Amino acid sequence: MITKLTATQLATKLHSKEISATEVTQAFLDRIESQDHLYGAFLAVDQEKALGQANDAQRMIDAGTAGPLTGIPIAIKDNISTEGIETTCASKILKGYIPPYDATVIQKLKGAGAITIGKANLDEFAMGSSTETSAYKLSKNPWDTTRTPGGSSGGSTIAVTADMAPLALGSDTGGSIRLPASFCGIVGFKPTYGRCSRYGLVAFASSLDQIGPLAKTVEDAAIISNVITGHCKHDSTSIPDSQISLIDLKSGSLKGLKLAFPKEMYGDGTDPEVRNATEKALDELRKEGVEITEISIPTIPLGVTTYYIIAPAEASSNLGRFDGVRYGPRSEGQGHIDVVAKSRAEGFGHEVKARIMIGTYALSAGYYDAFYLRAQQVRAMMTQQFNDAFKEFDLVVSPTAPVVAFPLGAMSQDPMQLKLLDYCTIPANMGGFPAISLQVGFAHNLPVGLQLMGPQMSDERVLQAAFAVESVFETQRIRPPIP
Amino acid sequence: MAISLEEVRHVAKLARLDLQESEVMSLQTELNALLGHFGDIQSLSLQELEPILHASNLTNVWAEDIVSPSLRRESALKNAPVSKAGLFLVPMIIED
Repeated sequence: MITKLTATQLATKLHSKEISATEVTQAFLDRIESQDHLYGAFLAVDQEKALGQANDAQRMIDAGTAGPLTGIPIAIKDNISTEGIETTCASKILKGYIPPYDATVIQKLKGAGAITIGKANLDEFAMGSSTETSAYKLSKNPWDTTRTPGGSSGGSTIAVTADMAPLALGSDTGGSIRLPASFCGIVGFKPTYGRCSRYGLVAFASSLDQIGPLAKTVEDAAIISNVITGHCKHDSTSIPDSQISLIDLKSGSLKGLKLAFPKEMYGDGTDPEVRNATEKALDELRKEGVEITEISIPTIPLGVTTYYIIAPAEASSNLGRFDGVRYGPRSEGQGHIDVVAKSRAEGFGHEVKARIMIGTYALSAGYYDAFYLRAQQVRAMMTQQFNDAFKEFDLVVSPTAPVVAFPLGAMSQDPMQLKLLDYCTIPANMGGFPAISLQVGFAHNLPVGLQLMGPQMSDERVLQAAFAVESVFETQRIRPPIP
Repeated sequence: MAISLEEVRHVAKLARLDLQESEVMSLQTELNALLGHFGDIQSLSLQELEPILHASNLTNVWAEDIVSPSLRRESALKNAPVSKAGLFLVPMIIED
């Protein structure tokens, strides 16, 4: 069946003309149509546009100008701007917003002949870890539809897990690509901060946000990373000459690979079964010749607190642009300020309001030094401690998440517990490090992800190591119970 | 450290959020729960440490001063709830 194939397998069949780009796109459109009511991955699908892109892709294939993503459907997280297709960030405040331009990553995908097959659900403005704060729909984990797919890139992750797209784009501010990848048993990769342009990504926390792929295999993740990265003049934080190179993944070896395991990555909230699965995976890697050394990075337990000062502070500033003037619904009120305050109160959901409030508080007079500045100092200390580890070791390894996918609604009464889920993923955003999650085992019959993290600009090394790790666990990969 | 209802209302005003009274109450509880955790970093000795505001080492990123194509006015106005004569229309700011 076409929809079960990886992007790499599809590309082979497209290039040999065994199948056409239209057949591929139609197969995925049909699958979304027949299956997505079970999972709630997509907010919008434009069949006509997708089939039009498939026509263009087929022309590239026929002309011999096709690349590895030509004719490959890609699900796009709905906080990434797509010209002419509604982009809502899963928020009522952007209901009906049709971007007049494409994000840089979308331009690059279109240039490569990829098909943007649909816009995927997320936590409102990517603020959450379960996709439950979406104003529009509930997304469900294909392994167990009573459970969360994780978040905030939940829709993108489900699309790939349930064969509704071979690849997807997500965004990662504190773990929003890697956490759902771990919960759904697929590959999620956050590149080095600055390698992938943020132009057209609706900003949440600008110093932490990074776009990256969700994929069935490390190879697919590496291929799309090559296409979407590189310098962009519209993003002043974009690194010059930063395109992730197409490396020979197979040349990486596990023998002699030096991994550091920070003992603090097992926090108070770590599920003992997740810990067991992680230890079992690490033992498997040791058998393959990987050297794993336990180290200490004392700032790791401070990550969540630091994140919940920095990210809301940046969000409170970034989300100031939603005022009912240039886009989004406008509420009735007395005078301009009242109209703005009412439009925002009616347009934003509770979690977004809470984060704007935290951020505004942390930046307000008298608290800036005590909270924001101190958090940035802790961030500096954490970055330094990781960089010290990277001097001695190739990569840092840890579980991706302290738990497996939990039942929908289970954490709605305890927002702090939900925030602790990002415990293992936050450091990579703080330091701008590349990090990948891939499935290495099960706990409670649900997938468990392993995270590999490297120093800035070591994305190729991270991908190569992940490819080698994946080959150890590939035979154990069991597919989710999807129709 | 705890945040009072009055402070919640003040922050909401700064953030331009016209909150319902029930939201003010629930946000007070949530903010206080989070502030409890902020104590983790209050006790650290950080005096000497230079804060980092960004993960990247880039400084002074300039663009060439060249005119290039940009959004057409109609495109920029297309999503506005109210526009008139090629402009975004807002309620009166300065009263008579």
